[in-house]
Amino acid sequence: MLGVERLTTRYGSITAIREVSLRVGAGEVVGLIGPNGAGKTTLLATVAGLLDPAAGRVELDGREVTGASPDRMLRRGVALVPERRRLFADLTVQENLLVAGITATGGERRERLGEVVELFPVLGQKWGAQAGYLSGGEAQQLAIARALMSNPRLILMDEPTLGLAPVLVDVVFELIGRLREQGRTLLVVEQNARRLLRAADRAYVLRTGSIVAEGAGDELLARPGLFEAYVGVGAGGEVPGA
Amino acid sequence: MTEFVQQFVDGLGRGGIYALLALGLALIFGVMHLVNFAHGETITVPAYVAFGISLAVGGNWWLIVPAVIVAAVLVSVATEFVAFRWVRGSSDFTMLLTSFGVHFVVVAVFVMAVSPKAKNFEKPGWIFNTVRVGGVSFEIVDLVTIGVTLATLVLTVSILRKTLFGIAIRAAAEDFDAARLMGVRSNRVIRSAFALAGFLAGVAAVFWLMRTGEAEPGAGLVPLLKGVIAAIIGGLGSLTGAVLGGFALGLAEVYLRAWLPGNLAGLTEGAVFLLIALLFIVRPQGFVTVRRAERV
Ligand SMILES: Nc1ncnc2c1ncn2[C@@H]1O[C@H](COP(=O)(O)OP(=O)(O)O)[C@@H](O)[C@H]1O
Ligand SMILES: [Mg+2]
Repeated sequence: MLGVERLTTRYGSITAIREVSLRVGAGEVVGLIGPNGAGKTTLLATVAGLLDPAAGRVELDGREVTGASPDRMLRRGVALVPERRRLFADLTVQENLLVAGITATGGERRERLGEVVELFPVLGQKWGAQAGYLSGGEAQQLAIARALMSNPRLILMDEPTLGLAPVLVDVVFELIGRLREQGRTLLVVEQNARRLLRAADRAYVLRTGSIVAEGAGDELLARPGLFEAYVGVGAGGEVPGA
Repeated sequence: MTEFVQQFVDGLGRGGIYALLALGLALIFGVMHLVNFAHGETITVPAYVAFGISLAVGGNWWLIVPAVIVAAVLVSVATEFVAFRWVRGSSDFTMLLTSFGVHFVVVAVFVMAVSPKAKNFEKPGWIFNTVRVGGVSFEIVDLVTIGVTLATLVLTVSILRKTLFGIAIRAAAEDFDAARLMGVRSNRVIRSAFALAGFLAGVAAVFWLMRTGEAEPGAGLVPLLKGVIAAIIGGLGSLTGAVLGGFALGLAEVYLRAWLPGNLAGLTEGAVFLLIALLFIVRPQGFVTVRRAERV
């Protein structure tokens, strides 16, 4: 479904990702792990259209979409749950969801609001509350719910468990499982590397802007020295301090 | 007491004009990070439209009012299309300079094409009429300004709160990139913000021009500066703050002019700035604190 070929993105003179290639097949859950500053956020933001690549290609279902704007990528079925959520803090929960459904028709939007409340009952209770006042767990659910409002086929998630208590981390992983059952395709970035590798079909390891390893989740888990060398010791344990 | 009430109404009348301008500036600042010093052109150009209509068919305000509002919307949208679109995403300083550039170009055009001197047109006859309510006499123009301003603000608030279009503008004002990720189209939301800001400025222009009855190349400068000040004291980027800032500025001007001893009344503007300086010492962020997203 998604093909990334030799993608390079720079911030001025800093090259954040260098000739990165990866594929995500329809229905797959693919993980992307790597230490801080490896370029994970840059990669997702480039695929989502927020950043323009300096070189390389992004393809969706075989069609080139390199450099397309974020709203166009969304209309093609690619949604990003951004790092640190980027909720509209002054807007209510309902308004956050309505904006996120801007690409849908009025009828679809109402239908999806219903689905989202069913999936995230907490949000239904906080309908009129400003998003800035949600707890971390509620905020993350809203961030994911927003992405679902456009009914995307491919969801890019950037550190969805960042700053969450362990119980809530469970909730997020359970949700990832449910989205997979719905047939959605996911590309997920996580600090919680061991856990992500267990949940994902395949994964890529990114380090200083380049892919240094790839494989099935359990295969990478079993690979000796991988965590110590690339991800950093402790990558499988607790979520590092946000 | 009577005087106090009269001044209050006078202050709200002026403040309403500032509030409309400040709200437009805040909308534009929200979606573009631009302090639009060309926003005054949404008064300057309509001023010449009013003058042109007066020349052609006489001072018919039934014609002038809609023409002024339409002209303001067109000017606002046109400046975005011709100038600001090309510097979108540039540094705030570049955008600021661009807005000055637009301002000076418009001034130059009117200086060359019309005249550097002010051109007068007929004010509506009723504006200096007064009504007495409970022993206090009010100028009709103030009451009408307040009424129409409030109606316009209520309309704007309900657009911003109740329509998807309005919610998208608020979302984009808070975090532009996040809004794009939700499918909001940059061009459309920015153009909408300029159109809405132009409409608000058009309503403000109507009342400003009724009071001045004058078109000159720099006609928009004074109201623009008041609008900018109101938006800044309100907390730049905050829509609520902009409206509060407008009314606060209008009231401050009127009361200071009234309370300063006769021979110091000419220092009103200076005293207003002194008050603003004091406000920023106490509350550097203005009335309303704006949470702002960092950019990717
Ligand atoms: N806005 C930016 N401007 C300049 N450099 C940046 C910016 N964002 C990220 N970088 C740099 O790009 C590299 C990759 O960052 P990022 O994609 O955020 O990594 P990760 O998400 O894996 O932690 C880092 O070296 C970081 O310092
Ligand atoms: Mg990151």
